[in-house]
Parts: sequence; structure tokens; C-alpha cells
Amino acid sequence: MRKILIALHGDEVSPRFDLTREAWIGSIHEGQIVRRRNVVLPQASAESLCHLAVTEDVDTLVCGGMEDEFYQYLHWKRIDVIDNVIGPLEAVVQAYTDGTLTAGAVLPAQGGGPCPDGNTGTSA
Amino acid sequence: MTTLTTEAPALSGVLGAPVAAESLLDGLPWGVALLDADRRVVCLNSRGEALLGIDVATACGLPCHQVIRSERCFRACPLAPPGGADAEDAPVDVRCPVSQETDIIDRQRRKVAVRACVVSLRDLNGKAIGYMEVLEELQHGAIPDQEATELAVLEGFVSHSPVMQPLLSAMRIIAETDSNVLITGETGTGKDLLAEGIHKASARSGGPFVKVNCGALPEHLLESELFGHMRGAFTGAVSDKPGRFRLASGGTLFLTEVGDLPLPLQVKLLTVLDDQCIYPLGATRPVSVDVRIVAATHRDLEAMVRAGLFREDLLFRLNVVRLHVPPLREREGDTRLLLDHFMRRMAAATKRNVKGFTPDALRLLCEYPWPGNVRELRNVVEYAVHFATGELADVSSLPASIVAHRQPPASFPDSLGRPTDGALQPGHQEQAPGPEKSGAAERTGKEEPLFLSWQDKERHMILKALEQTGGRRQLAADRLGWSRSTLWRKLNIHGLV
Repeated sequence: MRKILIALHGDEVSPRFDLTREAWIGSIHEGQIVRRRNVVLPQASAESLCHLAVTEDVDTLVCGGMEDEFYQYLHWKRIDVIDNVIGPLEAVVQAYTDGTLTAGAVLPAQGGGPCPDGNTGTSA
Repeated sequence: MTTLTTEAPALSGVLGAPVAAESLLDGLPWGVALLDADRRVVCLNSRGEALLGIDVATACGLPCHQVIRSERCFRACPLAPPGGADAEDAPVDVRCPVSQETDIIDRQRRKVAVRACVVSLRDLNGKAIGYMEVLEELQHGAIPDQEATELAVLEGFVSHSPVMQPLLSAMRIIAETDSNVLITGETGTGKDLLAEGIHKASARSGGPFVKVNCGALPEHLLESELFGHMRGAFTGAVSDKPGRFRLASGGTLFLTEVGDLPLPLQVKLLTVLDDQCIYPLGATRPVSVDVRIVAATHRDLEAMVRAGLFREDLLFRLNVVRLHVPPLREREGDTRLLLDHFMRRMAAATKRNVKGFTPDALRLLCEYPWPGNVRELRNVVEYAVHFATGELADVSSLPASIVAHRQPPASFPDSLGRPTDGALQPGHQEQAPGPEKSGAAERTGKEEPLFLSWQDKERHMILKALEQTGGRRQLAADRLGWSRSTLWRKLNIHGLV
């Protein structure tokens, strides 16, 4: 069983780790989510979120932009950090359970309009 | 003027033919993102790509807060609908540009201070149809004024030596040009400081100053670091990387230890200097860059050219203007000046009441050849400030490597300008070179031992302070400049309790 923490902003991955006020914590066993809950922080703080990740003993943390200082700290604490992720929560969880979630992933969101040059701006 | 969106973004009605938006936006020294009415990115210029660390193909179609990721997006987005996130009726009309200082986190996990300005884009009828967000990178949180810039440049080099004056004069002249500069000089002479000084005094001071140590990275990493790469260019390239050249766009790229640049990369660098464009790894199109190159090395590049280790044509390219920083031993009078300068700085930084050196220590420091130049001198002063037990740092406060160079004494006033003390008496002038004696050792006639580790030195200092205060710990702590609890902790560490 692996435990994952996703920094949230609304229904999507928070673009900034240090400005995140909500986290989704889920336990995944054999590709299925066996437990999930949302944690709301009293205030946005990278330190609080790091503390939460360590005390919850998560294996993987998913977020958008994160400063190197916190990335290195979590890495030192043996937490896999998948950062620079863009996408809605459900798509990110699905990609993680499928084993396809990587740093810098941009996952499809509802209503993503195409670019003038035809690029949809979405990639796996 | 209208925006055409048939094949590539273009502007028409200004010149005889439509102008490619890319050519217009890429010429700007700021990051620019064009947003549609739903606040999704539709265009991002090359400076924006470099600043944010995301390529335009990935950014297009994404909500602006996922691309720009500024602190303002979370606190006070000027484009947020008045009715909250769910109110998506009509685009917010920003009639006056809204400019705020904020920060972003780029894809290299760096927090960068920026000034973000957003304004509405309108159609011919004046209706708001999108937005333009401009990101200007701030240096040290604010744009320095001219006076502050000059002070910073002058502050970098503390020197009254005549041999430094031509260099300082040349530095101001060179800063006003856009020529490539090659800085040579021994290690620790201040080549980095000079490069940064040139950048700060130049017209590019508003742009980034990006430093690359050519000797610190292996060849394959250095190429990616300098020129960037595209996603999938090689195993592990999971996302695009702009490279230092693009990060330095509009500013200065400082290549330190350029003599250590591998030969294959020397060819690539030569191409960049010739064509002003780079080819990121895996890219099919060149990317134009506007950077000033300042290179530095402590190696003899002419000798390396003769040995076939450095390309002669690259040397000619870099060697447009050459500045040589003299070693400290040739800067007459600067050693004393720098000792006082760093003593004041270190004492203030460490909150120690150390005001100078004893005449004996000063004589030793002024006679030392300083092979590590100013860097070594600064470190020695820092060491002395830590280990000084009184207002003046004596010889026992100096590292063993300095003491080992002791020469026969000569007359020197102390660093506070006070009359010379007993150390300059005839009896002391006859003292033969040998192991150093501290003031206390001279009084007792005992030789001061040389310490090879901090632990030994610290233990000796504690014992000496306790001996001088009759074992009274509070007085000993005061004498050492420590709190009583610090002394207690260190006594435990050294097993002296």
C-alpha cells in the first residue's frame, strides 16, 4: 500500500506548494483507492505541508511549483516528489495509480481550449 | 490593428504586411503572455518561456495561474471575476495596467521576484477580448538607481593601490559597451566580482546575470545546462529546459573557468558568438539569444592554445576586451586596507568586539604572500575574529599556515593606529624566526603550540580563559565572548567538566 499526498487548489493540483491550503491524502492498494481524505490547513505554508507529509508518512507528494529547498528536504525524508504537475485531482490520481504520472505532466482538464496554432496544450 | 489567427499569430494594419506576433514579442526584454477571455494562455514569448521554464506548446490552452504561478494569482488576481471563481459571464475589463511586485516559482524550483503587469486587450470596438500579462524580473527585489549601482560597483573592489586604478577605470568604460570581456587573474583575485560589477554598471543591469562554472559540470551536462534541451532529447529529459543562454536573455552570461570548457563545446560556443543563436539539444530550429558574454579564467589561454587545448578562434572571439586582475601581492598597500575592511565586516557580522590586529599579527599578515589572494585573506580574518580573545587579534588567533610563514619582525603600527607597543622593542626585533608566541606566551616565556584542528584550538582557548579568570566560568565566558550556557556546552564537549 502506498500513501500519496496531493497539494490542492480547488479541484486541481495546486500550482504553488507554498501557497497551498488544502491537501488530498489517499492510500492506494493494488491500483485501488482504499482510503481518502482532505486536510485543510489553517494557513498556506510550505513548512506545514512538509510537516503534514512527514507525519502522515506519505510515500509520494504531488504538487505544482515547489522551491528546491522543500524538494530537497522531502527527498531527504525519502518522500518521492512529483512536481510541476498540472491537472484535475481525479486525473492525477488515475495517472498515479496507472503508474504514468511524471514530473511536469500536464493532464487533460475539462474545457481546455485549443491554441490558435491548433495545439491543445495537453499531454500525458 | 487586428490579430490574425489563421496559421500563426500576427498583427496586421501596422505595416504593409502582417507582422508575425512572435517576432514582435520575442524582441521584448520581458516575459509576455497573451491570454484569452477565459484567462487561458494563447501566446508566450521566448523571454517568458525562459523566465517561467515552460515552452509555448505546453503553455498554450492552460489557465494562466497554472503557467505563471505568481503569488498574486492566489492573493489578489486582478482578472478574477468580481462574483468569485464561478462567475464567468464576461471578461474583467482592466482599463489601466495593474502592476504589482510579486514572485513566481519557475520549473527549476527557483523563486524569482518579478513585477507583473496586466492589461486588457480590446477589439476595434473597444470590447475586452483578452489580456496581456508582462513579467519583469526584479534584481534583488528592486531596480537599483544609478547612484546605488555605482556604489555597488565601487564597493566590490576595496583598493587604493595604483596598479588597480587602470582596472577600475577600464571597468566603468567597458560596462558602457556591449563587447565580450575576458577576465584573467589568479584564483581569489575577484574575477567574479569584476564580472558582476560590469553587469551592474551596464545597460543590461535590469536583465539577469547568469553564472556558469564551466569546470564544475561534466561535458554532456554542460551542453544541456548552457543551451537547454527539448523534451525527449535524451533519456531523462522529461520536460523542456531553457538553458543558461536563454535564461540570460537580455542580460549577461558569465562563463567562469572558461579554460576548462571541453573542446567540442568550444566549437558550439564559437557558433553562438558568431550567429547570436543557439540550438537546444533535440531542437530543430535555432533560438536567437541576446546576451553579453563575460568569460573568466585563471589559466593561461595562450599557452593552452599552443598546447592545442583551447581553440584559437574562440580566444580571439572572447578576447575583445581583456581585463587582468592583479594578484594581491602586487597591490601595494591593499593588504592592510583589506584586513581592516574585512575585520570590520566580520566583527559586525559575528557581533564580536574585535577591532583590529596586534602589531605582531599585522606584521605577519602583511608579510604573507597570499597565494589565495583576497579570498584567502578574507578567510583568515574570519578565523581570527572567531578566535580573538580580546579587542585585538593576536598571532595565536591566526591559522597555523599563516604563522608558519613568519619572517623576522619589522616596525608596524597597530591596526587601530595606536602607538606601537612592546612587540616593537629592540629586544623583540632580534627575535629569530621560529614557532609563534602569543602575548601570553611571551609573558610566560612558554611556546604557543600550533593547532591542527579547531577542536584543539578551542579547548586551549577555554583552558586559557579559565586559567586567567581563576576558574570563574562567567568571567571566562565573558572573556571568550560567549554566553555562560555556550561555555558550559563546550566544556561538556571537551570533557572539561
